[in-house]
Amino acid sequence: MAVVSTPTDSLNSSWDVPRFLPPEPPQSPVQRVGEYVFDRVVSAGAMAQFTLQTFGWLLRKPPRWSVIVPSMYAIGVSSVPVVALTGTFIGMVLAIQTFNQFEAMQMETKLGAVINLSLVKELGPVLAATMLAGRVGSSMAAELGTMRVTEQIDALVALGTNPMRYLVVPRFLACVLLIPLLTLMADFMGVIGGAAICTQLLGVDSFHYWTHSRNAVGLLDLFLGIFKSVFFGAAIALTGCQRGFHATAGAEGVGKSATESFVFSFIAILLIDFVIGWCWNIIYFSIWPVESAFL
Amino acid sequence: MTPDLWNEPGTDERKPIVAMERVTMRFRHQTVLHDVTIRVQPGETLCIIGESGCGKTVTLKLIISLLRPTAGHVYYGGRDLSTLTEPELNQTRLDFGFVFQMAALFDSMSIYDNVAFGLREHRLCDEANIARVVADRLQEVGLPPGLEHKKPAELSGGQRKRVGLARALALGPKVMLYDEPTTGLDPIMSDVINELILQTQHSMKTTGVVVTHDMKTVQKVADRVVMLYPLSRLEAGESQILYDGPPEGLEDDPDPRVRQFVRGEAGERLRELNSGWSEVS
Repeated sequence: MAVVSTPTDSLNSSWDVPRFLPPEPPQSPVQRVGEYVFDRVVSAGAMAQFTLQTFGWLLRKPPRWSVIVPSMYAIGVSSVPVVALTGTFIGMVLAIQTFNQFEAMQMETKLGAVINLSLVKELGPVLAATMLAGRVGSSMAAELGTMRVTEQIDALVALGTNPMRYLVVPRFLACVLLIPLLTLMADFMGVIGGAAICTQLLGVDSFHYWTHSRNAVGLLDLFLGIFKSVFFGAAIALTGCQRGFHATAGAEGVGKSATESFVFSFIAILLIDFVIGWCWNIIYFSIWPVESAFL
Repeated sequence: MTPDLWNEPGTDERKPIVAMERVTMRFRHQTVLHDVTIRVQPGETLCIIGESGCGKTVTLKLIISLLRPTAGHVYYGGRDLSTLTEPELNQTRLDFGFVFQMAALFDSMSIYDNVAFGLREHRLCDEANIARVVADRLQEVGLPPGLEHKKPAELSGGQRKRVGLARALALGPKVMLYDEPTTGLDPIMSDVINELILQTQHSMKTTGVVVTHDMKTVQKVADRVVMLYPLSRLEAGESQILYDGPPEGLEDDPDPRVRQFVRGEAGERLRELNSGWSEVS
């Protein structure tokens, strides 16, 4: 007789044979595809529900500062070195990669416009968020996943505390509030890194480099990068926490949660970047029809 | 049973403080509990025994509403837990103390913060009183002073269990739930934990539900024993509760499966294992 229970499920031993439940017929390929699609829809629904619950608790009963501050330290302060390093190298690499082409066109003084515009609008926010997805998102998934499998989340509930309010909302707030600041720092370090390479190593005239930068990069461009980073932060926190909350038992389950957290966060960052960039262009060019950094 | 049970005439002693009525619990394709009814009288210590996978821990988690039953109802003090709102449920959970199998201490916090957690979260007293309660509870479970500032990872298994007990007792619960309290401990530490369970029941007048497969714990702390059996091994129409009575009656129960469990005999499992091996070879 077929075994109805999942053999790997810890709730049943491997030789348990049901005697009063009917045997399950073997699944056809269509059924398997259907089950896969069903599972994906359930996962999407769970993520949506998780997001709504987070916002619900955020508005209904925000956590105390004594709970938020440690999350801010772990997410913000501890990420400063890695984000600063990422920002600096983005600027430096951009300078190195674009210099030859611009020099060939005798437009090397325009490098400031290209590097700094790319930094504040795209590369700074996206790469800072990617670093945070790896450092912070995976860490959240692993930490909450471990809490799930060691029953610490159950212990919170048993002590009359809502784990969404206690564990998720502080991390969400810390991410959303601090990622803009980290992005600003990545932008700043990138600008410094790019300028250092162009003006000190590649011999670009400093005055013209900064003049073109100032003319090309406006406050709106900076705002776009910061605006996007808020959504990136929300996606990283929600994905990391949700994966952690749904971690399955064992080291493998926690590891899988951490990996999924990074992969899903990264996909979400790219998707959000595309959607916001597209919408921004539509709005921007409907207000200022033609404008280019090179005109 | 309906909620009217609590409104029926009679002495308060006959009205259960916790009741699971015809509860079924199903996880996707797997049914763990089917049509199970368990009632716990105030002040008694009920031991739930049974082999791994029979639904003991699930039963405890249903009682404190960490899990919601697929069918049936769980009552506490006459109130159906499924009808409570989230704040009401959180308030009700404060009447329970849950000692987890692996203690489930918050590993990012010190021992002091673990025991103080519930009091701080619910703002039940000021910091001076919290310090007093934490010291009292740690002393009650026999932990030496100076341990408060250590992290759970620095403690032994027995010490962690005792901190878990101190944390559960800090809120002054009416019902204590113990999930395999002696699993993984040496015989002496197991006896210490059993003594603490008894001491808690006598000093704080709590009701206790102890999930265990340690027969020494059963003989020492139980007023009544319920034995659950894995659903997958039952014949059609059989109840999942094989035994419900005093601990003294376990050895002489007419059901061989009960006697086999109490004596720790593998019985037909050994034959299944042997036949499995012969199939493999």
